[in-house]
Amino acid sequence: MRQEHLIAAQTLCTHYNIEISFVATLNQMGLIQIEIIEQEQFINQEQIGNLEKIIRLYNELHVNLEGIDVVLNLLNKEKELKNEVTSLKNRLRLYEND
Amino acid sequence: MAFIDYYKTLGISKNATNKEIKTAYRKLARKFHPDINPDNKDAELNFKNINEANQVLSDPENRKKYDTYGKNWKHGAEYQQAQNQQQRQHQSQNQSGQQGFSEDAYSDFFESMFGGASGSSRQRQRPRFKGQDFNAELHLKLKDVYTSHQQVLTVNGKKIRLTVPAGVENGQVIKIKGKGDKGANGGPNGDLYLKFVIDNDTEFKRVGNDLYQKITLDLYTSILGGEATIDTFNGKVKLQIKPETKNETKVKLKGKGFPVYKNEEKFGDLIITYHIAMPTDLSKEEIALFKELQKIKTK
Repeated sequence: MRQEHLIAAQTLCTHYNIEISFVATLNQMGLIQIEIIEQEQFINQEQIGNLEKIIRLYNELHVNLEGIDVVLNLLNKEKELKNEVTSLKNRLRLYEND
Repeated sequence: MAFIDYYKTLGISKNATNKEIKTAYRKLARKFHPDINPDNKDAELNFKNINEANQVLSDPENRKKYDTYGKNWKHGAEYQQAQNQQQRQHQSQNQSGQQGFSEDAYSDFFESMFGGASGSSRQRQRPRFKGQDFNAELHLKLKDVYTSHQQVLTVNGKKIRLTVPAGVENGQVIKIKGKGDKGANGGPNGDLYLKFVIDNDTEFKRVGNDLYQKITLDLYTSILGGEATIDTFNGKVKLQIKPETKNETKVKLKGKGFPVYKNEEKFGDLIITYHIAMPTDLSKEEIALFKELQKIKTK
């Protein structure tokens, strides 16, 4: 993993006004992945969108972390199903045009 | 500008307590929040409406004004003028959940009653929000996505240059980071979700990375064998037809299909199905020869 894609967890905490312990809990629950380099915690920038979503669900909808885990899993499943529907629709076109 | 019944929006009675308003708002926000309903315009609109209703009803001053002039808001113009001269009321409760909404986050009705979203103290109090995500469709021909190429799109007046990767699928959505609406109060820009709509006007059918094509063979070539030349996306290919080829026989041309998305050096296969055309309008001579063949076969 290239290091320039990593953002210090502390920087994100300041930016999003969250506690570092919150980030650590998210990591423990597997909701985000923390990289530790020279005893400092980093988050890959690809996870920022996910982190923002978690913060919004937590702060705005008061969903607890277990609930967020369930929501994210269901959203992923929904996304997979949507992709499958698209793929099946494309396959169906193969026969519809005959 | 239609009157909006905020109580109805939140599904509460006119004498609902602050706690009931909060509970109703939270319940509906959980149902319609954009993070829970990605790419759902109806949910987005509902979320905007319940936010607006909550913003009015959860603030006692706003609620009083709404209750006084709400139904007959047109007659409240004088009140409005007087109010405009005063400083905007303080928005003590900061219910966010406005991710993706900026100036147009409020209905005309709200703007007429309580003023716009900008220029008020509320604006300064609001935290930074990510800009609204945009959704767009890019219509391409199948041939266009056989090779990677550059495209310049205009989304909401902004020109965006992007590389359309070879092998992209019909209906596939890609995210272009930061190309959505501007963030509010210094927040990050939203993202652009681009959906590819691929029109297939070729004789090929595509399933994943594989291409399918039907080739018509005359009876004699199918019996005696021969050659056929077909067009593929990357040039002509000569096929050797084996003698006694049956109708609907399939042959696979490895690596002559569609490029693999994000792995352009790999290709799917081209699957050819032979369709054997029966001869028609036979001459007397041909019929005689077929009869001769029939005799030989039945001996």
